[in-house]
Amino acid sequence: MKIQRVAALAKKELKKTIREPAVLFMIFLFPVVFVFAFGASLGGVGGSQTVTYNIGVLNLDHATAVNASQTLLTTLHDTKIVNIHVYATNKTAQSDLSQGTVQAVMVIPADFSQSLASYQAAPTAPSQWINTTLSLYLDKGSLIATEAIPPIIQQALLSVAGQSQQAMQSPFGIQTASLVEVKATSALDFIVPGMFTFASIFLIMMVAQSFTQDRENGMMKRIRITPTTPTEFMASQVVSYMGIALIQAALVFAMTYALGFRPDVGAPEYGFAFVLVLIFSLSNIGFGLITATISKTASAATGLSFIFLLPQLFLGTFVGASLSGSAQVAGKFVPSSYVTNALTSLFLRGASVASPTILLDFTVVSVSCVVILAAGIVLYSKYCKI
Amino acid sequence: MNEYAITIQNLTKKFEDKTALDNLSLQIAKGELFGLLGPNGAGKTTTINILCGVIKPTSGEAQIYGYDVQKETQKVKELIGVCPQETAIYPYLSGAENLELFGNLHGMSKKLLKERSKLLLGKLGLSEDAKRLSAKYSGGMKRRLSLILALIHDPQLVFLDEPTVAMDPQSRHAVWDFIREQKKQGKTVILTTHYMEEAEELCDRVGIIDHGKLIALGTPRDLIAEGQVKNLEELFIKLTGRTIREEA
Repeated sequence: MKIQRVAALAKKELKKTIREPAVLFMIFLFPVVFVFAFGASLGGVGGSQTVTYNIGVLNLDHATAVNASQTLLTTLHDTKIVNIHVYATNKTAQSDLSQGTVQAVMVIPADFSQSLASYQAAPTAPSQWINTTLSLYLDKGSLIATEAIPPIIQQALLSVAGQSQQAMQSPFGIQTASLVEVKATSALDFIVPGMFTFASIFLIMMVAQSFTQDRENGMMKRIRITPTTPTEFMASQVVSYMGIALIQAALVFAMTYALGFRPDVGAPEYGFAFVLVLIFSLSNIGFGLITATISKTASAATGLSFIFLLPQLFLGTFVGASLSGSAQVAGKFVPSSYVTNALTSLFLRGASVASPTILLDFTVVSVSCVVILAAGIVLYSKYCKI
Repeated sequence: MNEYAITIQNLTKKFEDKTALDNLSLQIAKGELFGLLGPNGAGKTTTINILCGVIKPTSGEAQIYGYDVQKETQKVKELIGVCPQETAIYPYLSGAENLELFGNLHGMSKKLLKERSKLLLGKLGLSEDAKRLSAKYSGGMKRRLSLILALIHDPQLVFLDEPTVAMDPQSRHAVWDFIREQKKQGKTVILTTHYMEEAEELCDRVGIIDHGKLIALGTPRDLIAEGQVKNLEELFIKLTGRTIREEA
């Protein structure tokens, strides 16, 4: 493989991105404008606006010497982002939930204090704990409620038990929460991970258009007549589009930072986020190549690219969390959902790069993206020639 | 040592039920300026595409400078330059950037690339516009740039597929001079055209193709004399009963 050829073609592709107004808009300006418009409406320009959550509580706990439920409510109150509404019956609590008065209802079970006492008596012997489960009813119509409240309660539970955020075992369980901490609290913060994913998805359309255009105007044939090998050509495309994905991620990050996004993470986490977006771009290049294979013209490629673009967009970005349960299950089949989930764990839940949930997402993204890219290259090479 | 730049033996190409090239055999000597003539759809571009390794023949063989076009494609690509029928240039690159790209694809050094670019842009009157985006060029300028792209790496064999289509007379004559100069430099030039006067003016020998078959081969003067006609246009009508600009 001759680097001179790969570099020349990659440079040409980057110049195209900068000089073609339609491409420039779709690749860079659209995500930036979208992030600004969407982010500004949720987060405000120049700083995160702290939101508060109304949580209804039905306390069935039979407190003993240890009053765990009171400690939990105090912990939640002290976060200053939760307003507690205590209910005497589940019926009135559910009624208020359905009316939107509260965004969630938490039912503290009768053996809650007993469970905490068992844990405190033998913190290193899980077999001796009395495990218990809090029931949590969420306002499914609220993206923020479904995304933010479970981790907040989980964090409070960890605090009550005196556990660290990395603890993998606890006597307390709730239906939907993860075992990691939420550190950010603005509405903007909750959609930023999905925005990173969102920006890269449009590469599908760009790759499909670029390949079909070059085929239509004879440039693909002209390149084939030079000594450039298919491997050199594909390598140049992958390199250039990964570069574009990197610039996109940097622009989205800069824009969200300007809007007040300040995750409590360090350089390794940021580095990991960019690596994840780069790997994710491989699947978008692959989907773009598949689209170019089945499209006869550039305009057809634009339309057909939505076959891959829309599922990635609706099932795997910030839109996904507000969809139905079945749609969220479908999201498990698109790479973007794993990217968004990993970035959410990283930026919002404070999970470390080496945590199991992030490593799992990273593995799924890496494997699926390489497979999709390989499929795209094989299909395009077979049916369209390079 | 092989004295032929191109050797074609019984070449046939079928696209589903249509025969684009029907058992074509032909030899073209090194340094020859050869005209491949015929109406649209006669099989000229198909012949070039096979010789360049872009498409595979249904049957038959072809060699360029002794290299098999199917088995030694990489070697063949290093020897040839092709100016395709369509104006294939990147509109979002300047003239100079287009040349730089294709020079790099041919593995040229920076120094040589700069020298060749300057020389060729000057010869075809594009020096002053070299830094402008080619999207802003006129049709004739785009055709001239496309021609330069085919020659940037100084190939031994040049395929010029309808190089003067849609050009004004002034540009056409500039291109004719340029083609003659390539021959003088010892290059083998294969020119496809349906402008018969262009072939008469430039070519050492011509081959007339119709419906994928070679129906005449020789120098323009000999063919005109043998056919007892005034020019190649009349010869084509005599041979086929049609004018060359009618669709085949």
